[in-house]
Amino acid sequence: MNTLLRRVLFAVGLPVILVTLWWFVSAGSTSFFWPPLRAIVETFPETWLSGRLLSDVVPSLVRLFIGYGVALAIGIVAGVALGLSRTLRDYAEPTLEFLRAMPPPVLVPVIMLFAGIGDEMKVAVIALGCIWPVLLNTVEGVRAIDEVLADTARSYRLSVPTRLMTLVLRSASPQIVTGARQSLSVGIILMVISEMFAASNGLGFAIVQFQRGFEMPEMWSGVLLLGLIGVILSVIFRAFEAWVLRWYLSIQRIEQRV
Amino acid sequence: MNTTRSEGDASLLEVQHVRKVYSSGGTEFEAIRDLDFRVSDGEFLCIVGPSGAGKTTLLRCIGGLLDVTSGSVSLAGARVTSPPEGMAIVFQEYGRSLFPWLTVRQNVELPLREKKVPATRRAELVSDALEAVGLAHVPDSYPWQLSGGMQQRVAIARAVAYQPRILLMDEPFAAVDAQTRAELEDLVFSLWKSLQVTVVFVTHDIDEAIYLGQRVLVLSNSPTSVLEDVPIPLPKARDQLRTRSLPEFNELRQKIHRLVQTAKRTMIT
Repeated sequence: MNTLLRRVLFAVGLPVILVTLWWFVSAGSTSFFWPPLRAIVETFPETWLSGRLLSDVVPSLVRLFIGYGVALAIGIVAGVALGLSRTLRDYAEPTLEFLRAMPPPVLVPVIMLFAGIGDEMKVAVIALGCIWPVLLNTVEGVRAIDEVLADTARSYRLSVPTRLMTLVLRSASPQIVTGARQSLSVGIILMVISEMFAASNGLGFAIVQFQRGFEMPEMWSGVLLLGLIGVILSVIFRAFEAWVLRWYLSIQRIEQRV
Repeated sequence: MNTTRSEGDASLLEVQHVRKVYSSGGTEFEAIRDLDFRVSDGEFLCIVGPSGAGKTTLLRCIGGLLDVTSGSVSLAGARVTSPPEGMAIVFQEYGRSLFPWLTVRQNVELPLREKKVPATRRAELVSDALEAVGLAHVPDSYPWQLSGGMQQRVAIARAVAYQPRILLMDEPFAAVDAQTRAELEDLVFSLWKSLQVTVVFVTHDIDEAIYLGQRVLVLSNSPTSVLEDVPIPLPKARDQLRTRSLPEFNELRQKIHRLVQTAKRTMIT
């Protein structure tokens, strides 16, 4: 319990210091573009909790989850296939390297051409950006499957579906999860960027609207909200990670103790 | 040479003129030159040889995990080209042959699920196997929570529950301490006697081979062939202290030791 308390204190310590600093440094600010934190916090509830939560935040998150989900599904399936087949890897690797090197925001205008400016475009942008970390990490994870374990699975004549589920995916899960975590932060960035280009709602759209309307405290409150959403998503992700990888994390703890 | 496989019983495993050449990028490495031997049903055969003698390669060929370059391996008359039914392998690297995300029970149960053994029978087989290896108290632990010796017991329990006709063991006790090793040797020996399974046991430890085997196959250095087939006419009841201090045991040890030394020397020339 004591260590838990300490960990919580450590985690919130720096944010508390920074916010306090911001609060006092900005307290007397008369600059139009740098409103006092107090003003930002005051506008927060009326800006976001009355209506915009449903009209902007929810659509953004829905696009994020769909795009991210599509990326995870394709990334893991393709990653397993590439990881298992050397021929496929040799064939696809140069292309993948090229596609990966392309910054996803660049694709927004291109995707707009065929996917329009609706939700499909945003989901496509998010998915295209999110796919690379999870795909490449999955390939590495699958390639690193222990030979002895693979031989064991073969010698007991485990069927292909069982081998995929019990051996391949579980073996690669630490790397897949690492990729999924990186993908998630890429996804949040792309969610905002895609909404800044052409949109009629969403967090990115709202922030740009405020900026264009010179509603500075509202704009800042949007930036704060984005940060908060990022933190919440990462906390949820960590909980999921701790559950999926409980065997792996326990082994690591044991090895560290030795 | 034929004393131990008299009784007229049919051979279960036939290794006929097996040759294995690894080739990668133009260079060839002949790991096994010519191996030819039979294992009768219910026999305990130990295979010893100097390190680097291709023992593991041989076992992987027998297990259907590796293709032979020429010659053939047959189990119960059927040619082995992929892992056959009724064969279980226990590897040296116990830590790497158990699924770390499955509990002890799940690890033992997995191959039985694949064999579509009904649930009640499965539970029975799993608990009997864990009982037999002395691990009935930890079914819900994860392998990495157990000591090395216990992990290897889990791997043995998995093999036992699978009810194989033939059990291949690849230096299974090379990575555990001496005390545990003696315990595990006795465990495998008693399982062999009670289950009437055929065992092919690869080891680099001459004493272990004599202690366990009814017959010891001494391999030459790579490229490997059979140097000598040594019958072990020791009483069937084994005891770590008494058996190992028998004069016959000592004679056999000296004989096989000399053979292995010869094998090593032939490598240099």
